[in-house]
Amino acid sequence: MLDFMENVPVIPLAEGVSWLTDRITEIFSFIFEPIQNQFGAFMEWTSGQLASIPPIIVILLVVIGAFFASGKKFGLAAFSLVGLLLIYNQESWEQLMSTFTLVLISSLLCVIIGVPIGILMSKSRIAQAIITPILDFMQTMPAFVYLIPAVAFFSIGMVPGVFASLVFATPPTVRFTNLGIRQVSEELIEASESFGSTGSQKLFKVEMPMAKQTIMAGINQTVMLALSMVVIASMIGAPGLGRDVLSSLQRAEVGTGFVAGLGIVILAIIIDRFTQSLNK
Amino acid sequence: MPVIKVESLSKVFGKHPERALKLLDENKSKEEILEETGNTVGVNRASFEVEEGEVFVIMGLSGSGKSTLVRLLNRLIEPTEGNVYVEEENLATMDKESLRKIRREKMSMVFQRFALFPHRTVLSNTEFGLEIQGVDKAERREKAEKALELVGLGGYIHQTPGQLSGGMQQRVGLARALTNDPQVLLMDEAFSALDPLIRKEMQDELLDLQETMKKTIIFITHDLDEALRIGDRIALMKDGSIVQIGTPEDILVNPANDYVEKFVEDVDRSKILTAEHIMKRPETVDIDKHGPRVALERMREEGLSSIYVTDRRRTLKGYVSADTASKARNEDVRNISEILNTDVPTVDKDTSLNEIFEQIYDSPVPIAVVEDGKLLGVIVRGAVIGALAGENGVTTENA
Repeated sequence: MLDFMENVPVIPLAEGVSWLTDRITEIFSFIFEPIQNQFGAFMEWTSGQLASIPPIIVILLVVIGAFFASGKKFGLAAFSLVGLLLIYNQESWEQLMSTFTLVLISSLLCVIIGVPIGILMSKSRIAQAIITPILDFMQTMPAFVYLIPAVAFFSIGMVPGVFASLVFATPPTVRFTNLGIRQVSEELIEASESFGSTGSQKLFKVEMPMAKQTIMAGINQTVMLALSMVVIASMIGAPGLGRDVLSSLQRAEVGTGFVAGLGIVILAIIIDRFTQSLNK
Repeated sequence: MPVIKVESLSKVFGKHPERALKLLDENKSKEEILEETGNTVGVNRASFEVEEGEVFVIMGLSGSGKSTLVRLLNRLIEPTEGNVYVEEENLATMDKESLRKIRREKMSMVFQRFALFPHRTVLSNTEFGLEIQGVDKAERREKAEKALELVGLGGYIHQTPGQLSGGMQQRVGLARALTNDPQVLLMDEAFSALDPLIRKEMQDELLDLQETMKKTIIFITHDLDEALRIGDRIALMKDGSIVQIGTPEDILVNPANDYVEKFVEDVDRSKILTAEHIMKRPETVDIDKHGPRVALERMREEGLSSIYVTDRRRTLKGYVSADTASKARNEDVRNISEILNTDVPTVDKDTSLNEIFEQIYDSPVPIAVVEDGKLLGVIVRGAVIGALAGENGVTTENA
């Protein structure tokens, strides 16, 4: 049936992408290298600082924070206390700090990049038409695929991990920001305009506050996705709990893998509840 | 000199407005244009002038273009053609900066669904207009409080809009518009979302305020009764065109064409007024809580010869008359349900005055207006006569 295709040579798509990646690596190495060095050093330093705080202080702060964040209820506080003590007991504290650094930095960058793009999308139909398919692409392409250019650009370690997380975890923040702003009722927009708001007054005094809940839901999703990248990022040398999961996978050690995985779950639940409580 | 002068103002929604405008010149109807070009005519060549201190009502049924017209006046919708002069300045062609200045200083708008910012308190909603002008905190707070005082909400400044009733929310909307001290108030069906009793109250209050404020008010409504009540002049719209402009009297006496006449025909007051318009707040006693003594006491206080009995949810149970209640008191009956008269004359809220008129003369007690079994109000004889005679104060005073 597809006989006519016999005459069409294979389009060198893979070669093309490889060539493009090589060129980008070459041309932008003057940007990538300092990023890799400076930013890498900064992340190492951050996780070092976090790890150097006595664990008991960190745990206490988290527990107190959890108590107030959850509206003075004991559930989350108790869970945080037991969960973090368990991780400490399993001698995974340092890995936990590395993982947390990776998630924190990735998420912050996602928000810093994602919210303005979301705002742009909500304001311009053209921007929305262009950005939406890019977001679809970013979210559906298997996350492993990002690892390859990540390594090409930034070598191995935390920095390419952050890069891969960025690609993977930014879309929800962008989408929810766009959605939240578009959902603000027409009459409120009219009200703000009828009193003579400028564009930025409208954005910051009406649209953003009204969209806040939706945007926060998007950020929560972003943080969770960033966390889910932890294991994948460990394949390119990002330290942390993910690396323990990966190495136990390679050695077929069920127990060690489970413990490291459990650490990730505990971290995920604590972060999730914290970001959700910001939404109230 | 008119404060607002509108010249041949049009709005066509769609891709090729020029073609639609050309067809309008050929006197084609809205439907024909929609069919030929796919464009919708929102407003067709509206022209009028509004004098300082005037209440100018733009009245029409839904889809007549009145809401579009009011948004053309402050350019929330861009006009396709025509001019809007606000004190000599042409709003339709001015740049964004000047437009913003006009919106900030000269015109404020009140919205049908209030459009209050739910994340702000009543006070900070009211301050909004001044806040975006960069007025300093102390000054804008002072002005906002004054405006809230004016609409009777001085005690609610720290609530959020969600905690207030519809009527109170619209007072905040009004206060927010007044805080800027604009010359022109645009009110887009400002009272249409309120229930009838509150609506009347707000209309009266607006008229009271207007006595002292002397703003130029452009008021949009679909309710003829409201238009007649508050308008100094009324513009009637149909299919995007203004069909007649005149004082309420003009419109009633000299309808410009069939359309207006049809409207006016309906103003045969006995037909247009319904139970809802002339009912007053009922005095009631609670069947579960109160006994004959309370009923008697309430009747004495209010000067009534009978009183309606409801349960806690305002479901109508019946009435007791003063005679039976005092007899029951002498016989020491404690429970009101034993002396309850359940033979109650009722009408629903859409019953026309004609029908009420027939009923009320046979009735020993005021007629109860009910909806789903709940007591909404009562109608006394005086109110029916007053309304038929065309008195304005048909609401509550005729007991």
